[in-house]
Amino acid sequence: MARYIMVIDTRRCVGCMDCVVACKTEHGIPEGYTRDWITETVRGEQPTTQLEIRSERCNHCDNPPCVYCCPTGASHIHERGGVVLVTPEKCIGCKACLAACPYNARYIHPDGYADKCTFCIDRVEKGLKPACVSVCPTHCMHFGDADDPLSDVSRLLASRPNHTLLPEAGTKPRIFYLT
Amino acid sequence: MNPLSRRRFLQISAASIVAAGAASRATRALAASTSPVPRRGLRRVPTFCDICFWKCNAIATVRDGRLWKIEGNPDDPLSHGRLCPRGTGGIGAHTDPDRLRAPLIRTHERGEEKWREVTWDEALEYVAERMKKIAAEHGPESMALFAHGIGGAFVRHTLKAYGTPNIAAPSFAQCRGPRDVGFTLTYGEDVGSPERTDIANTDCLVLIGSHLGENMHNTQVQEFATAVGRGATIIVVDPRFSVAASKAKHYLPIRPGTDLALLLAWMHVLVTEKLYDADYVAKHGYGFEAFAASLAPYTPEWAYPETGIDPDTIRATAREMARCRPATLVHPGRHSNWAGDDAQRSRAIALLNALLGSWGRKGGLYYPASMDVPGYPYPKYPKPKRPPVDNPGKKYPFASEAITTGVREATISAQPYPIKGWMVYATNLMQSLPNQAETIRAIQALDLLVVIDVIPSEIAGWADVVLPESNYLERYDDLNVDLFREPYVALRQPVVESPHDQKPGWWIAKQLAGKLGLEAYYPWRDIEEYLDHRLKGANLSLAQLKQCGVVRGPHQPIYFEEGVPAEFGTPSGKIEFYSNQLAKAGFDPVPRYQPPEPPPAGAYRLLYGRAPMHSFSRTQTNRLLSDLMSENVVWLNATEARRLGLKSGDWVRLRNQDGVVSNRVRVKATERIRPDCVYMVHGFGHTARGLRHALGKGASDTQLITRYKVDPLMGGTAMNVNFVTVEPQMEA
Amino acid sequence: MTPVEFTTYRHNPLIDPGLHLWGWQIPVYLYLGGLVAGLMILSGYHVLRAQWDRDRAHGHYVTAPLLSLALLSAGMLALFLDLEHKLYVWRLYLTFRVTSPMSWGSWILLLVYPALVASALLTLPDALPRLVRLVPGLGRLASAMEARPIFVQATGFANIALGVMLGIYTGVLLSSLGARPLWNSALLGPLFLFSGLSTGAAALHLLSHLRVPEARDEGDFGDALISALVHWLRPPEAGAEGHRKLEHADNSFLTIEFALLALFLGGLLTSTAAHQAGAQLLLTGPWGAPFWVLVVGAGIVLPLTLQYLQAQRKIRATIVPAVLVLGGGLALRFILVGAGQASAWTISLS
Repeated sequence: MARYIMVIDTRRCVGCMDCVVACKTEHGIPEGYTRDWITETVRGEQPTTQLEIRSERCNHCDNPPCVYCCPTGASHIHERGGVVLVTPEKCIGCKACLAACPYNARYIHPDGYADKCTFCIDRVEKGLKPACVSVCPTHCMHFGDADDPLSDVSRLLASRPNHTLLPEAGTKPRIFYLT
Repeated sequence: MNPLSRRRFLQISAASIVAAGAASRATRALAASTSPVPRRGLRRVPTFCDICFWKCNAIATVRDGRLWKIEGNPDDPLSHGRLCPRGTGGIGAHTDPDRLRAPLIRTHERGEEKWREVTWDEALEYVAERMKKIAAEHGPESMALFAHGIGGAFVRHTLKAYGTPNIAAPSFAQCRGPRDVGFTLTYGEDVGSPERTDIANTDCLVLIGSHLGENMHNTQVQEFATAVGRGATIIVVDPRFSVAASKAKHYLPIRPGTDLALLLAWMHVLVTEKLYDADYVAKHGYGFEAFAASLAPYTPEWAYPETGIDPDTIRATAREMARCRPATLVHPGRHSNWAGDDAQRSRAIALLNALLGSWGRKGGLYYPASMDVPGYPYPKYPKPKRPPVDNPGKKYPFASEAITTGVREATISAQPYPIKGWMVYATNLMQSLPNQAETIRAIQALDLLVVIDVIPSEIAGWADVVLPESNYLERYDDLNVDLFREPYVALRQPVVESPHDQKPGWWIAKQLAGKLGLEAYYPWRDIEEYLDHRLKGANLSLAQLKQCGVVRGPHQPIYFEEGVPAEFGTPSGKIEFYSNQLAKAGFDPVPRYQPPEPPPAGAYRLLYGRAPMHSFSRTQTNRLLSDLMSENVVWLNATEARRLGLKSGDWVRLRNQDGVVSNRVRVKATERIRPDCVYMVHGFGHTARGLRHALGKGASDTQLITRYKVDPLMGGTAMNVNFVTVEPQMEA
Repeated sequence: MTPVEFTTYRHNPLIDPGLHLWGWQIPVYLYLGGLVAGLMILSGYHVLRAQWDRDRAHGHYVTAPLLSLALLSAGMLALFLDLEHKLYVWRLYLTFRVTSPMSWGSWILLLVYPALVASALLTLPDALPRLVRLVPGLGRLASAMEARPIFVQATGFANIALGVMLGIYTGVLLSSLGARPLWNSALLGPLFLFSGLSTGAAALHLLSHLRVPEARDEGDFGDALISALVHWLRPPEAGAEGHRKLEHADNSFLTIEFALLALFLGGLLTSTAAHQAGAQLLLTGPWGAPFWVLVVGAGIVLPLTLQYLQAQRKIRATIVPAVLVLGGGLALRFILVGAGQASAWTISLS
């Protein structure tokens, strides 16, 4: 059983948003919507300011409240890699999952169903990397199997300090940010 | 300006091109795509990008006849298979509903943006007729061309055949000119484009105002990330805490316009502490003693009040640079029109690199190579009877290219001779030249203004004739054989058809030449014949390039240590620490610091820059890219914002020293900028009605740049010399 | 350490700049659901108490099931209007998700309807005599049900049980969304239940005032309206047993609701920073004024006081407290749904 995770090196990331636009073209995301996005967190005052830029998306949580709250099973954990997915044909558009996600990672597709990052499972199943990872010009994004101790992602996590987003929300997110 | 013996050196191996080996990966990947084109299914077409001038090689995927995505070509030495957001978002340039669709001829006053749609034949006939009239009445020199990018190659060719020497681009006097002149004065050649920066191998990268990461020059950003990942020391000098600054070990929030003081102080430390590369300087340098002596007053303590950077930091960073030399790279920058001392400041950067011995060395500034792809054997161009108008009497003795603003001035004054026609290719002069009123005044003096563009830009709004060009994904262009870390030749080819009545630049230029009676200059039937002919000259073929997009040549030596001969195209044949050329022309032979004018009370110096997802003022209607950033914001120091009662997201207008008021724009109240300046991303605040999606979004820095300071060496227009006040606005 | 400056470049509809998933539909649905829950419990209780020894003074209970059916259907319509993928709504009934309150709710609602229909049938001869006269089958059905005490009892119990479930469910729907700290309290279920009970009692109270006197047969519509208006504006007959009972009940519900509200906020205020910030949205933040004025002041304290004074005969009994309670309940749903969406775990580096 694989457990897919993403490891993103905030030291390398410049926030160019190539990940965002690659996702939009790969999946034909409608104008005005996005499955991934950039955030900037600034701390401190000049000249000792610190800036962390992050490429964010669905965290494919190990403990996914969006799946728990879904009344129809549209939101579910995929058998491959534990990826959290939505089946549009099962979704009634109740938005409970949007409210349940502490990362606000979901949105309602103009066609009415809840939509979000899929970790490009269609690409991954073909042996490709997710679109965002494969285009990143700074090579700051890594995708792989956390259960494989020899994978890129496992080794990066073991060797570099990192954090997840909102661990206090208890969702056990699976995107890790190297600092 | 000629790379001299290096070119000869490169020619030795140019004949043996290992295309088969280098191109094999892409060729295999693309083997499935056979013509004729299937409507259903996937088709992958290699080409190169045109959203900026970097020209990364890409592979566009067409799914069921529709452009699906664009990815980097894995064989591309520029992108290494990874494009920047603009390249990835190139689809949006093709599908942009605001594009120009058909040739237009003006029906109302200039600038009213009212035209009638005409056929290509009528439009080109109209242009040719007026160009002939200008040639007959004033001489062909009275027609000027402003062209940006590789797409302009054929229009340039037609205009040269027509007989004008007045061909300019904002990329010189409004962009990289001062840098190129500063470096040429020092090393005898400039840093080129793509720049010869060996960021990938540097141990210490010094960025002076360069905002890599926001300025998305693909190879440089990739190498920058590599350097950061390797733990190279990054030193960033910028009044704004840029993205690059956030990666820096040393961030120096400098007072705007005082970079030269810092550079001089750094060199003072290197020389007085004997930290510079003495062997290198002794071997390659000219006039070092006089130069070293001139540095005596520029102590870090002297620089402190000027720059705001404390002497300890200046010393520490200078020592860090010396510690890593010669793999220390003081980045030459690109857009270098800042304060008016720009060529001299760039020369100081060149000299700092020389002290560190980084020119020609690994991790410094390498010697780029290019493929030897012969040009097409055209007939000789007619020799213009009069010299170019842009720089009369060599007023700016070191200008190495035509000065756009010089052409503009001549158009207004009709001196030294009148300019009656402008042709503008793919450069939005209204948003690239400072002082829009002067540009409009020049336009009013014209008999003919032709704009060839993809989108209805502001300058197109003033045109008599607008010619809609096919987007880069819909056309062939000339081959790309830029100088780079490794030699390559790349092809741009059509991926999809133009959606409306747009035509490729080569077709427009060839048709126009035909109507001007210049058929002899276009001996080829179509561009495929032209491209194939050129490629055959390099033992390649168009068929081959159509398959793989880019062919890499064999590795060439790029460092002195690899055998590049250390020859310099300067008068002394050495790196000129002291410049007799400058002295003879009445300028400072060694850089000398002039303090900038301080901002008036309550005003901020207006600074501008780039965002990674936009190019110039040409991408704001690209729906994919505007979705990432649809308007710019004005960065204002958080403390200043509090003082003005502003918070992030509030609306303001900027008023400059000449009373020009900007469009309303949101504030970004941030610790990331000094309190004496404001910053905005260039390219927003569009006023052209045809750019429906971008109209009125954000504010235009260019509109506020009514003043500019001309670089006395080369005629560049320094634009960071405008001051604005921030006026809060009520919502909506 | 909290971020000094946080910028996101995301701009998804309904999500940014602040969550605004739910407009009027969900608060209305939660409100009507709670109100119906209250009515079910009260009428269920009444059914059991009366054991079909009908007390005419409690006549206002008679219309409660029918009213509940109407209000619940209106609430369901509001919920349906909120759905973004409406054609797929049937998907709710192809599965039961034990972790999803929404799934629980949809099945509870499926049971609520028969329970309400059963009690409506029982009361139909009194509530809509003319309909029963028109469709004699309904009357026969009602009589047949009435004749079986076990059925009557079952109906009563079912209404109470399902009412409790429905009332709590409307709160759990929000409280299960851990991403919104303000909602993240187990007390939200009981709070909404007791708010539902207080609004249910107020609705019954109001209903007894508003009940149109049996129209004089073929009377003209205008006549009926005028007589109804006169009837409504007239203060209720003093000493009416039903009213007093309802006032008492309503006061107890309001008191408990008030206590639950205090405990709810107290719980948040003694929890994590995110929960505290959530509570502050109501106490001092942008929802502070409407919360204090509409929910606490006009929705609880004022009607409590008025009804207390009414019970003490210090002031004349009017419909004002009932209207205030009904308004307060609605405001509570609107404010909690609104403020909850503004409540978040703040993105930090920790």
